Amino acid sequence: MLRFAPLLAIAVLALPVIAGLAGTLAPAFGYLPALGGSEISLEPFRIVLGQPGLLRSCLIALASGVVTAAISTALVALFVGGWSETRTFRLIQSLVSPLLAVPHAAAAFGLAFMIAPSGFLARLVSPWATGWTRPPDWLIVNDSLGLSLMAGLIVKEVPFLLLITLAALPQVPLAASNRLAGSLGYGRVAGFLFTTWPAIYRQIRLAVSAVIAFASSAVDVAVILGPTTPASLPVRLVQWMNDPELTARFMASAGAVLQLGVTLAALLIWFGLEKLCAMATMRLCERGPRFRADAGIRMVALLAMATTAIAIFGGLGLLALWSVSGLWQFPHVLPASLSLRGWQQTLPGIGDPLTTTVTVGLAATVLSALIVVASLAREQETGRSGGNRALLFIYLPLLVPQAGFVFGLKLFLVHGGVGANWAALVFVHLVFVLPYVFLSLSAPWRAFDRRYEAIAAGLGKGRGTTFLAIRLPMLSRAILAAMAVGFAVSVGQYLPTVLIGAGRLVTITTEAVALGAGGNRRIIGIYAFLQMLLPFLGFALAALVPALLFRNRRAMKIA
Amino acid sequence: MPDDTTAGLRLDAVRIRLGGQELLSVDRLVRPGETLTVMGPSGSGKSTLLAYIGGFLDPAFSGEGRVICGGRDIAHLPAQERHAGILFQDPLLFPHMSVGGNLVFAIPRAVAGSAARRKRAEAALADVGLEGFFDRDPDTLSGGQKARVALARVLLAEPNFLLLDEPFSKLDMQLRDQIRGLVFERAKRSRLPVILVTHDAADAAAAGGDVIEVG
Repeated sequence: MLRFAPLLAIAVLALPVIAGLAGTLAPAFGYLPALGGSEISLEPFRIVLGQPGLLRSCLIALASGVVTAAISTALVALFVGGWSETRTFRLIQSLVSPLLAVPHAAAAFGLAFMIAPSGFLARLVSPWATGWTRPPDWLIVNDSLGLSLMAGLIVKEVPFLLLITLAALPQVPLAASNRLAGSLGYGRVAGFLFTTWPAIYRQIRLAVSAVIAFASSAVDVAVILGPTTPASLPVRLVQWMNDPELTARFMASAGAVLQLGVTLAALLIWFGLEKLCAMATMRLCERGPRFRADAGIRMVALLAMATTAIAIFGGLGLLALWSVSGLWQFPHVLPASLSLRGWQQTLPGIGDPLTTTVTVGLAATVLSALIVVASLAREQETGRSGGNRALLFIYLPLLVPQAGFVFGLKLFLVHGGVGANWAALVFVHLVFVLPYVFLSLSAPWRAFDRRYEAIAAGLGKGRGTTFLAIRLPMLSRAILAAMAVGFAVSVGQYLPTVLIGAGRLVTITTEAVALGAGGNRRIIGIYAFLQMLLPFLGFALAALVPALLFRNRRAMKIA
Repeated sequence: MPDDTTAGLRLDAVRIRLGGQELLSVDRLVRPGETLTVMGPSGSGKSTLLAYIGGFLDPAFSGEGRVICGGRDIAHLPAQERHAGILFQDPLLFPHMSVGGNLVFAIPRAVAGSAARRKRAEAALADVGLEGFFDRDPDTLSGGQKARVALARVLLAEPNFLLLDEPFSKLDMQLRDQIRGLVFERAKRSRLPVILVTHDAADAAAAGGDVIEVG
């Protein structure tokens, strides 16, 4: 049975993407027999391209992808280069890592509460420094260039890339290269970029591509922070997809194909930039400058990194405070009073979305963990990891923009007679949870010392006993941590939930984004707070269970 | 305990290959209570020989030849049916179990009842000079104590033979002599055939049996 696990994993990852792409492409070219579209035509594209401000929407999506990836990658490279193997590095690392678990929407709300004209930062300096007694009439959040949108994406993608980079570090001789470059007279950062970074980048390249795909097509962050007139392409796409007019589905499909094109263009631009950077670095390296005076750039990297963490944590704190605030007028830094009225109003209606969020998250996480563990066990049996090809499959749902295939998948389900039901939602979450569970668990699984299993076999224990009594408990911490990551990913899913849930199945995240439009900060605060509370509880449980089970086992405390 | 007529471990034309290239070949009989020492540099495939005999060969390698134990070829049996007692460089006590848990895990199922199993584990601890260690966390033990527990664990499983993969190389000098003496004494007492892989000539001398050089 184990033999079929890798195949099952590939099916779960690839089939929905392929089916979804097919389900998007056909209606985009006018073919959807159920709605009377039986001839191939370019009409849907003509309608989409005729939408006002479309070019601008596309350019914002394109720029979000490229700029977010460029700044996040540069920041991670400079930070790792400037600070690896220092105490500061470990401090920032432990500060930034938990941000990975914060859903995009919650982080975006937190950032908005921070930087808005009526937000915390403006209040801190008003009225004593600015003279403002009313919020200035500035468009900071939802600015027309999409700058705050990109900022919101960057603060979430930096922790992701940092974690992927940290996972790649043990495979390069970082310390030795640093010392060697240093002894040749190179500055820390330059030495790192010339010697170690190329090898690391090769390993994180897929993850960077996933960042581009996500940032160029993210809906929830763009709804909260992005421009409105016109909105970025993914936001408009969802409007078309949710259009009750059935014939709008042709246009929405054509829009989804356009989104695929925009993301592809962003990726191509990125690959061009990669070549340019590699060439420029090589040229520079050949001329031999040492760049010894890099204290400034190191400090910039450190500050930017710390700002990322402070912006999100501060924002999340603000969200929590807003949820219990009474009167809180501008420019008061803190609320005049605290009140539970918001919670009292909201709690009665929160049961359904909360139940859906938790049950779907748990189901998708448990299924993912089973498939991943079975696939890894099979890999260990055959000694074949599948290498880069397998990794490409793992990344597939992260590389194809959600907006490009989930809508097609929905059409497939709808016309296949499957409505918005719980199982369908679990299935579509599984597609996005599985890659993260795999990426989190594969390294500790492969690092397991197999001599323990040899000893157990020598003691006469079969494979099943060895697995249950030795490997599983010894890896319990890693498995639970991977599941916590998976659960956090599920909680944060916006677009797949909106499309497959079709308004009948709502989660905390879809409610939070929907309520964001209302602008009631107390209600937004409550939903965003719950959004970050759920992943946090997941991680707390994942840490607590092994700590209790193995409380008298010192060697089990090291992750 | 193996009886003398079919006793011993015979390696019959055993060959280890890596990607078509032969690393080593062995053809020997190891009698009960005797030790065959395999010496060679790292990468010579000597540890791989133990993996082949024990049944945990990495799929990258291939092995052939018969491994006859108690009169039958075990080379095609699954690892858990070969009853190979293995000691590695590291004691590798299961970190999530107590010291006693490690030992009880090794006791054959034929010993029924948790009281009886615990009694046997406690006796085994006493036998290596660690009375009262049953409930201890293995990670709190000293290097020498861990090595003793690992030995007690291997013997409790009533193995048919011992495979020793440089088990003394990480112990400091004084401790090394002590543990080495203990291991060979217990192996002789239990009349176990032993295959020792090492690059330390002192190990070979202490083992006192045949030595083959590979690589």
